[in-house]
This record gives sequence, C-alpha cells and structure tokens, in this order.
Amino acid sequence: MSSDSSSWARALVHISPYTFSAIGIAVSIGVSVLGAAWGIFITGSSLIGAAIKAPRITSKNLISVIFCEAVAIYGVIVAIILQTKLESVPTSQMYAPESLRAGYAIFASGLIVGFANLVCGVCVGIIGSSCALSDAQNSSLFVKILVIEIFGSALGLFGVIVGIIMSSQATWPAKA
Amino acid sequence: MYGWEMLSFNIHDGFLEAIVRGNRSGLLTAADYNNLCQCETLDDIKMHLTATEYGPYLQNEPSPLHTTTIVEKCTLKLVDEYKHMLCQATEPLSTFLQYITYGHMIDNVVLIVTGTLHERDVNELLEKCHPLGMFDSIASLAVAQNMRELYRLVLVDTPLAPYFSECITSEDLDDMNIEIMRNTLYKAYLEDFYKFCQKLGGATAEIMCDLLSFEADRRAVNITINSIGTELTRDDRRKLYSNFGLLYPYGHEELAVCEDVDQVRGAMEKYPPYQYIFSRISYGESQMLDKAFYEEEVKRLCLSFEQQFHYAVFFAYIRLREQEIRNLMWISECVAQNQKSRVHDSVVFIF
Repeated sequence: MSSDSSSWARALVHISPYTFSAIGIAVSIGVSVLGAAWGIFITGSSLIGAAIKAPRITSKNLISVIFCEAVAIYGVIVAIILQTKLESVPTSQMYAPESLRAGYAIFASGLIVGFANLVCGVCVGIIGSSCALSDAQNSSLFVKILVIEIFGSALGLFGVIVGIIMSSQATWPAKA
Repeated sequence: MYGWEMLSFNIHDGFLEAIVRGNRSGLLTAADYNNLCQCETLDDIKMHLTATEYGPYLQNEPSPLHTTTIVEKCTLKLVDEYKHMLCQATEPLSTFLQYITYGHMIDNVVLIVTGTLHERDVNELLEKCHPLGMFDSIASLAVAQNMRELYRLVLVDTPLAPYFSECITSEDLDDMNIEIMRNTLYKAYLEDFYKFCQKLGGATAEIMCDLLSFEADRRAVNITINSIGTELTRDDRRKLYSNFGLLYPYGHEELAVCEDVDQVRGAMEKYPPYQYIFSRISYGESQMLDKAFYEEEVKRLCLSFEQQFHYAVFFAYIRLREQEIRNLMWISECVAQNQKSRVHDSVVFIF
C-alpha cells in the first residue's frame, strides 16, 4: 500500500484519519457560515438602501435573507451529523484501510457541504439584492425573481444530500 | 475583474447604489411632461410639480414665479441628493462622485471670468453659478487679469489644477481665449476621468468609457460646428479634440478640415452610431442636432441602469436629472413667453 519509492503517498497515508475528519467537520460549518454571511450582506445592503424610497418591500424581501440563513443551518446540521460518525479505534487499527476510508469519507462530506453552501449562499445573496431593487421599482417582479432564488437555494440542498450520503459510509473498523 | 464585482461591490457601495436607484424612480415620466406641456401659466406648472418629488422644494414659493426660481429650486433638489450620496460614499466612489462635478466647476470658472471681462458684478455672477461646481475661493477669480494669475491665485488649490498645464499662457483673457481655455480644460478633464474609470476596471470601466467616449465625440462635433467661420485655425481645433472616443484619431482628422455642416455630416456618417443621429435631421440644419444628441445621450444613460454593481449609475442619474432640469426650464420658458407650440422642440423624454 505505501510504497517505498513514492514519499508523498507514504506521507499522506500516515496522516491520522482523525485529522482529516476534524478538518472536514470544520470546513462543513465554517465555509457554510461564510457563504451565508456573504449572501446576507450582499442582500442586506441593497435592501436597506432600496427600502428608503419604498418601505413596503422590507417584510417581503426578508425571505431572501432567510434563504441565505438556511444555508448556514444546513452547515450546522451536517457538522453535527458528521461528528456523531467519529468513533475511537484502537491504535493498531488507526492506519488500517477501513479507518482511512472512514476518515476520508468524513473529510469529503464536509468539503462537499461547505463549498456547495458557500456558492449557494453567494448566489442567493446576489439574486436577493437584485430582487429587492426590482421590487422597489415594480412590485409585480418580486414573485418572479423569488422563483430564481428558490432554484438557487436548491444548490445548497444538493450539497447536503450528497454529503449525508457520503458520510453514511463512514464506518470505522470494529474493535478487534 | 469584469464579472466578479458582484461579490464585493455591496460591501462599500451597495447601500448608495440602492439609494440612487430609488432616486431614479422619482424622475419625471412622459405622463408628467404631458401634463406640464399643457399648462397655461407658471402657477399651473408649480402646481403639477408640487405633486411630484419636487413638492417640498416648490411649495413655499410666493406666487409671482419666475422661470429662474423653478430651475433654481429643482437644481437645489439635485444638489441635496448629490451631497447626501457624497457624504456617505467611501473611496473610490467618493472620488468618482467628485469627478462628476468638475465639469460644472469649469463652467463656473469660465462664467465668472467672462462676466468679469464684461464688467458684471461678482455677486451677481456667483448667483448664476451652478451649485454643484462651487468651490471655496471662487469669488477671487474676479481679480485675475490673465491665465497665469488665474492659476496662481485661485486654481492651484482646486481639483482643476492638473488640467491647466496645457493652457497657461500670459495672454490676456478675451472672449476667444476664454472659449479655448474652457475647451482645453474640459478636454483634460474628460481624459483624466476616462483614465480614472479605466483604472477602476470591471463593469464601471466598460460602461463609463462608453459614455465618456460619446461625450468626447459630441464635444468634438460641437466644437467643429461652433468654430466654422471663426478665426480658429485647423491646428488649434485639432488640439481641442480629446484623445479617446470613436472618432479618435481618423474622425478628428476629417473634422478638423470641415468648413460647413454638410461636411461634418459627411465625416460623421461613416460611424454607424452617429449615422443614426444624423439621419434624423435634414440637410443644412443644425438646430435639431442638439436635441438629437441629447436623445442619444439619454438613451445610453438609461441603458446603464440595466446592469447592477457599477458606478456608472451615479453618473447616469446626475446627467438624467440635469436633462430633466433642462426640460423644465424649456417648458417654463415656453409657457412664460406664450409659445406653447414650440414646447416639443426641445423636450427629451426620459421614460
């Protein structure tokens, strides 16, 4: 498995699977929250400015902010699920292929969810900003642009689904 | 980078962009203009304007109104909105907003210098200056005798200082030289603004450079037409054209040698965007040319609102307001002088 000639491969498989898992969990929540915050400030600044001339738009356009917030919640949920998958294995089993597989699965799941939510949050934020500005000018546009936002927020959901499927495979070796 | 500004634009400028778009919705529409064109007296105009966003500014005016009062109050509204945006802007938007007013500063400087030459009172001239172009030491412009003094006493402390390097001479100021000075300053200003917008990059650069190119070309045509038959030599005329725009450099070569309006038309019709403008006015006529240019400008300014996350909306909004104020001035003058048949000669509808 770890060949003598290729030192990079040896180095990588000697990193503890717990390191990878922990990084995966951190990325899952950290980067999701980054995406959500990014989206909220993009929408929020346009919403505040547009609401000065058209105060009626404030309550309806909070939906855009809620969609961005949902992205952060997905990140939290997946992080909690991932951390329940962590189990201790005895030291002799720590670098067994089964353990490595579990570690990598949690890592990948965290990355998937984190980055899918990052782009989803930014996408929903930008559309929300345009939605607020258009609604201020012409209120019949709101529902139509909301449909675009709903499609945008589905991206985060895809990430969560795949992430959860990946993490369900994270089975550590049974204690020998 | 073009396309990625939507990620970071709203950090500093999202609020102000939303405000300027809200202000744009307050521009007068075609229906408002139709109502105004059917007014019989200036009091009717005041009544109609009070129902629009100009209400708070015109409400308290006493009854025998002058057209200058209407225009002054409407300009005051524009200045208030501009100052509101400027005080909340951060760099680079604040520099951009200040650049928009340098054109008015140049016009004010030329107004005071010309007025002093014709022995008008300084205070009277100060009242006629455009408020967006005021600066602190403007009153002391009346003391200067030639351009070198003008620069040394007053203008070196203003933002216009860098534009003077090309036109400081020791010649005395007379009408011809003042016009040349105005155009030289404006040329330097446009080039500086163009470079600044290019440095900003992204959508701002693309849209603003297009708008400024149109402005430069329009000024080139106006300079050409106004200097036909005067003693301005061809080389001097060439020096007044800007170094960018659709007409640079080949169109400028042709325009520099034009001696009448039809030759100008011949030179301009080679460029498809301007061919459209010139096809709408008949041969030998140049009065409608101004209106045709204004309409084209308004069309381009309205198009800039179609895109989000750039600064050109601020420029476009201020220009559209100025066009609206010009429209109101024309309508008020026509009504005041009882020439309502000519009202539609010069009103450019924005929406």
